[in-house]
Amino acid sequence: MSIENKTEFILEMRGLCVDGYSNEGWMPILKGIDLNLRRGEILGLIGESGAGKSTLGAAAMGYVRDGTRFASGSVNFDGIELTFATEAQKNALRGARIAYVAQSAAASFNPAHKLIDQHCEAPLQHRLRTKTAAQKDAIQLYEQLRLPNPKEIGFRYPHQVSGGQLQRAMTAMAMSCRPDLLIFDEPTTALDVTTQIDVLSAIRDIVRVYNTAAIYITHDLAVVAQMADRIKVLLRGKEIEEAPTRNMLLSPQEEYTKSLWAVRRFKSPSKPAPKEGEKSLVSLHNIHASYNKNDKIVDDVSFEIFKGMTVAVVGESGSGKSTIARVMTGLLPPDQGNVRRMDKPLPLHYKSRSREQLRQIQMIYQMADTALNPKIPVCEIIGRPAEFYSGLQGAELKGRVEELLELIELDPAEYYNRRPSELSGGQKQRIGIARALAADPEIIICDEITSALDQLVAEGILRLLDRLQRELNMTYMFITHDLATVRAIADFIVVMKDGKVIEKGTKEEVLRPPHHSYTELLLSSVPEMDPDWLSDLLKQRG
Amino acid sequence: MTIDVFVYFAALALMLVLSVVKERRDLKTIWLFLLVGSILLLIFDKAYVVFTMITAAKVLAASMGAAFLFRLTLRHFVPADLVKEVVTLPLTAAFGLLVILITALTGIFAPWIAPFGEAEIVTSSFAPADQIHLLGSDQLGRDMFSRIVYGARNSVGLAFAATCLAFFVGASAGLMAAVKGGWFDQIAGRLADVIMSVPSLIFALLILSIFGTSIFVIILVAAAIYSPRVFRLARAVGRNTVVMEFIEAARLRGEGDWYLIRREILPNTTAPLIAELGLVFCYVFLLIAGLSFLGLGLQPPTADWGSMVRENAALISFGDVTPLIPASAIALLTISINFVVDWMLHRTSGLKE
Repeated sequence: MSIENKTEFILEMRGLCVDGYSNEGWMPILKGIDLNLRRGEILGLIGESGAGKSTLGAAAMGYVRDGTRFASGSVNFDGIELTFATEAQKNALRGARIAYVAQSAAASFNPAHKLIDQHCEAPLQHRLRTKTAAQKDAIQLYEQLRLPNPKEIGFRYPHQVSGGQLQRAMTAMAMSCRPDLLIFDEPTTALDVTTQIDVLSAIRDIVRVYNTAAIYITHDLAVVAQMADRIKVLLRGKEIEEAPTRNMLLSPQEEYTKSLWAVRRFKSPSKPAPKEGEKSLVSLHNIHASYNKNDKIVDDVSFEIFKGMTVAVVGESGSGKSTIARVMTGLLPPDQGNVRRMDKPLPLHYKSRSREQLRQIQMIYQMADTALNPKIPVCEIIGRPAEFYSGLQGAELKGRVEELLELIELDPAEYYNRRPSELSGGQKQRIGIARALAADPEIIICDEITSALDQLVAEGILRLLDRLQRELNMTYMFITHDLATVRAIADFIVVMKDGKVIEKGTKEEVLRPPHHSYTELLLSSVPEMDPDWLSDLLKQRG
Repeated sequence: MTIDVFVYFAALALMLVLSVVKERRDLKTIWLFLLVGSILLLIFDKAYVVFTMITAAKVLAASMGAAFLFRLTLRHFVPADLVKEVVTLPLTAAFGLLVILITALTGIFAPWIAPFGEAEIVTSSFAPADQIHLLGSDQLGRDMFSRIVYGARNSVGLAFAATCLAFFVGASAGLMAAVKGGWFDQIAGRLADVIMSVPSLIFALLILSIFGTSIFVIILVAAAIYSPRVFRLARAVGRNTVVMEFIEAARLRGEGDWYLIRREILPNTTAPLIAELGLVFCYVFLLIAGLSFLGLGLQPPTADWGSMVRENAALISFGDVTPLIPASAIALLTISINFVVDWMLHRTSGLKE
């Protein structure tokens, strides 16, 4: 590496601009990006959604999505200019010398073929190995990526392995031709914290073993801190700053980067504990629930929610935490047990609840895209519950909608008539909150509401909810797998695993050592902004 | 004639050059094939084939020109937010819209447009076309052009009424089945299966021979035959919407089924349903034309495109084109509707070139 020559960098970008076509014509997505990547180096790309991270990742393969184009600048991969290369030239590189690992492994594998057959496609296509050799190599890679049963797992279909294993199988597939450059596009974003650790360490090791250069795209700073040698921060298609990981974490230079770093510091002030003998607002008593009789999802769950408090239900996916919400709202009547409000049992099925009872429990969803009807303007989305429950009409209704929009910090004049497609992810989630507020409920169930959002936006949502809680004395039940969120806003914590409550209590009780072993595992799996965190943790766990 | 041939070859060559410049390999092959083929045909003394091709090219060019002019005019008559749609309208869809518009206007203003009465015998049977009788006359000496004009009103009007009925029944049942599920879904679904399992023409013939051939029976039969198609589509797209969380939110609010269908589901399913409307219209139209051809549709002397083909069918053995005139009116309208439907499907599915 000491000699400065042309092949020092495996990938060089100079003033790269990519345009995207939208209603008004060609709009820039990337505005002049410079990027150098040495062989064997990992570059972390971070930024909010819409910052152009994925576009940049694709451009590194000489690929632009439909409706986008290279406007100017160059992408030079090991002496080959990709912006001018023909499709045939690029096809010879892709898979063989540049490979891509996508965010959703489940959506990227073909469900009709076995993992190993899909793994062998690239080496066979590029005539690098025979089928037997490629299979043998696949098994070796599976072993290196610490997949269970490496000899046998490749002969399963994608739906027969778990999400974390699938993501590792996909990394193995990308490594099948021993590429010089790997592009990881948010590979662990869809995974639980505990699975994320396995995938992260497996990816990090294999990239080091084969000295592969990589671009690691993510919006999670703590993750990128573990993986990358250098970090580049993007904002709206422009580079904000770039520095080696340690320098970047210790002393970010730009305001924007500092604000990113500060996100995790938000903490809601703790509230006074409920008085002795105070009736709980909503309580669950020995709930057993299942979708079919043989497969119990929720097993004997009881807890109480007090007025004005935030209860966080924490657990990995499949722990039954969303099912709890469905039981509370009455979408899934429990097999046993009951739901009480102020110590009076609520009807178990939502159809048997009165309008007043329905109004008291409102819900906010994880995916604002599917939670808001795309064909209906904001004023009606928010206005309907107000009209439905309190019979507001005409000017009164309009006034209420405008009041709600102001409450969620959106300008009524601008947003009153918009449709969900004309809103950003965070704004959509705010509309979801306003819809819940419009019913004037007693308790709002928040089902993973920040997990699909960027950290800055998520923090804004949490601050908003916290403010609303103090102003309106609102009660929340927060369902989440993100312990950072729990630390920020919860008063009570319920830890769940396999449908059972592992631990419950006030935030101080649960988060202060000694922990229950599972709580300990969850807590220690949350990535920290320390580049040595992953290595230390793995050493500790042996 | 020579000037036609010259223009024809010049146009082909120009298109070939354009496709090479624009790197459209698929188009290049077509133009090259036409050019070389035409030259070979001329060399081997098959010039009449080339002349036929030139006539076809003229018709095509005229239609494209008409569609282009229609698109240019249309943009001045639509509201501002639709101008962009009109400008990006493909020529095929513009042509389709033009034909549908003309047919609709002809049907509505039939008595003012037609020079003679619908059943009026004005000349000798099978009279050739002349200045007064633009398309000649039929087997009883009625004016062919006037009957085509009235036919637009009768056939298209009937098909339109039947389609609307089929659509109303099918779509409301389908969306209701999607929302309610359970026994309603099962019963409505099995009923649709039963109707669809009977061959449609046989079913129509059976019912019409039992209940007689009144207009109402024809409308009801056509609606009954095609509503299961609409039902299935409405149920399928409805179910895709029903699983969305905004429906769950509305249900938890306590909204009734009718509100769910009207305000939450219908806006999300209009696009495929409108496309299906166009297709079902074509099928109903062809079914009614077929019934008329078989003598069980609209009864004489009412002018109807289907029965007009049958009445004049004998002429085809003498090499006369008269029976082809109503037939091509049917073909033109169905193709036009399909052009428009294709464009709508294309637009809503978000497919790009």
